[in-house]
Amino acid sequence: MAMVALAAHKLRSALTLVGVTVGVFSIILVMTVMRGLQQNIESELSGLGANTFTIEKWPAINFEGPSGWERFRRRKNLSYQHWQALREQATRARSVAAEAPFAMGEVASRFERSNPDVAVNGVTPETFLARNWLVEAGRALLPGDLDGSRNVCVLGNTIMKKLFPQGGALRETVKFSGVNYQIVGYLEPKGGFGGQAQDNFILIPITTGLNRFGGAQWRSLTLYVQTHNQDEMEDTVEQVRGVLRKVRKVPPGEVDDFEISSNDSLIQQFRDLTLAVRVGVAVVSSIALLAAGIGIMNIMLVSVTERTREIGIRRAIGAKKRNILTQFIMEAVVICEVGGLIGVILGVAGGNAGAYYLKLPPVFPVDWAIIGLAICSVVGIVFGTYPAIKAANLDPVESLRYE
Amino acid sequence: MPLIRLQDIWRSYQMAAETVHALRGVSLSIERGEYVAIMGPSGSGKSTMMNLLGCLDTPTSGTYELNGTDVSHRDDNELAEIRNREIGFVFQTFNLLARATALRNVELPMVYAGVSPDERREKALVALAAVGLADRVDHRPNELSGGQRQRVAVARALVNSPSILLADEPTGNLDSKTGVEILALFDELASKGNTIIVVTHEEKVALHSRRIVRILDGNIASDEQVRRVEGRESRFEGKPAPDPSA
Ligand SMILES: Nc1ncnc2c1ncn2[C@@H]1O[C@H](COP(=O)(O)OP(=O)(O)OP(=O)(O)O)[C@@H](O)[C@H]1O
Ligand SMILES: [Mg+2]
Repeated sequence: MAMVALAAHKLRSALTLVGVTVGVFSIILVMTVMRGLQQNIESELSGLGANTFTIEKWPAINFEGPSGWERFRRRKNLSYQHWQALREQATRARSVAAEAPFAMGEVASRFERSNPDVAVNGVTPETFLARNWLVEAGRALLPGDLDGSRNVCVLGNTIMKKLFPQGGALRETVKFSGVNYQIVGYLEPKGGFGGQAQDNFILIPITTGLNRFGGAQWRSLTLYVQTHNQDEMEDTVEQVRGVLRKVRKVPPGEVDDFEISSNDSLIQQFRDLTLAVRVGVAVVSSIALLAAGIGIMNIMLVSVTERTREIGIRRAIGAKKRNILTQFIMEAVVICEVGGLIGVILGVAGGNAGAYYLKLPPVFPVDWAIIGLAICSVVGIVFGTYPAIKAANLDPVESLRYE
Repeated sequence: MPLIRLQDIWRSYQMAAETVHALRGVSLSIERGEYVAIMGPSGSGKSTMMNLLGCLDTPTSGTYELNGTDVSHRDDNELAEIRNREIGFVFQTFNLLARATALRNVELPMVYAGVSPDERREKALVALAAVGLADRVDHRPNELSGGQRQRVAVARALVNSPSILLADEPTGNLDSKTGVEILALFDELASKGNTIIVVTHEEKVALHSRRIVRILDGNIASDEQVRRVEGRESRFEGKPAPDPSA
């Protein structure tokens, strides 16, 4: 019945739908992208080993805008010496690892050459543990490789498959900008999303990297500290902070000139950041839905006036007030639901298009779709009630006489 | 016990400056199975009386007993139930739902009576067949002639097997030939024992009934039985109406 009434006033209903659609669309769109972003970040973070925290020059999320950026830029880099100092002095730590991106470019084997998008990262033996990298064949890098700054490497699984389609990578060499590196091992595949590889890299001893590519001004290491267990975390962080402040000569009373973050703290930071976006979306879509609701109310009032005769007829043949009331509320709800459904479909489609563009995994936020539709029902009920009450309270005799 | 018993019914409308008395102490009894015409000049109070008889409206004072129960002071819900069960309306302007098919229109009273969809459909089809529209059930009102529309309205009025069929100028919007058809339908329904009350201006229409109640300025002016002579010729018996309190 409600659908019949809806179909009978196509244009008018369509215009009203737009408001609801926009409101729901914006909720679903942002929530879809956000969900994708969050899953991505969390999966990337979970790439860290257990009980591990990171030390970086830059914060993962800059809350301070351009001025903050400038402040971070003036900080001293984290250097090889800092890593060594931590290894010696941070006695609570189970291991301290370092990692530095050195270059990106084309890598070649005897058989194949890669696209120029392969990262060459310098690492320490401890990094494998800290990053949850598991060796599939061969071995990881060893302290001896670092001490001798040897030209050896461990391949990520993606690049290994690319360069050695037939297998047999061990003991072969790969060539990067004119230098041959002997392959001592390669890693297990690391799950990537949407075809985006997380292990398109080659790992060389950090010392080899520093010798060859230099400790350029801009290059700051990322340090990973692993603790013995979760309970040790806080104390270890404090000790690491103390050591770093000393070797970096941070005067007492000054804030740290480095960033310490753990999985938990990063996820929390991300959630805090997205909370602001979420609240913003909630406000915007509330306004859209409020406008839509007023539109619905307006249309329903017109509809009640136009259909006074119909109401009179229904009352004459036995409809009670509450029958008329529910009929008109239902119509308002159906209009809202149709608009909401379109909004959900467009929102999920748009959100996933955005996610695809950002190379994020596709998501369907079922909970938000349901919440969106529920909100539509509420809008329909809230704004349909007044017109429905008006309809129900029409006098049967008067409305039958209405021209 | 009469089916309908009106006792000293007043219906007054409070206007800004004055009070309009549409009905001024009407008393009237109608037995089950009667076929009554209510006549009177424009503004005499016919429609007001129809609305009261049909439980669409309640009297300002006086009592209305339907089937032996007082219905003059019921609340809105109870009146709706009474209309649904006891009253079938036929209007001058048909008053069908424009967007619904004939079948859906006839089903509607049963929707409010809470009849199951299957039973609804079955009964509506029977009712439409009874008024000769078995082959028009899926037509919308704008796809039907005036006479056919009024037949749908009659089918809708009768589908819940009401105690009374109330018709306000049922032939007012029909040409004379179609009007005669509808009146023939009424005659048939009356002969099957339905109680019918028709409001009309037209003497010709009134002569189909067995009793003519004339209203003037909100009062009953006369109440006479129709004596059938032969064929269409009819005349009035001079006999006074039965005493409502009898
Ligand atoms: N809602 C109302 N408010 C005020 N006065 C009313 C109302 N309804 C009817 N009346 C008055 O009551 C009187 C009777 O009206 P009613 O509609 O019953 O006449 P009627 O006999 O049906 O006339 P017609 O043949 O023209 O339909 C009229 O004087 C009319 O003005
Ligand atoms: Mg009238």
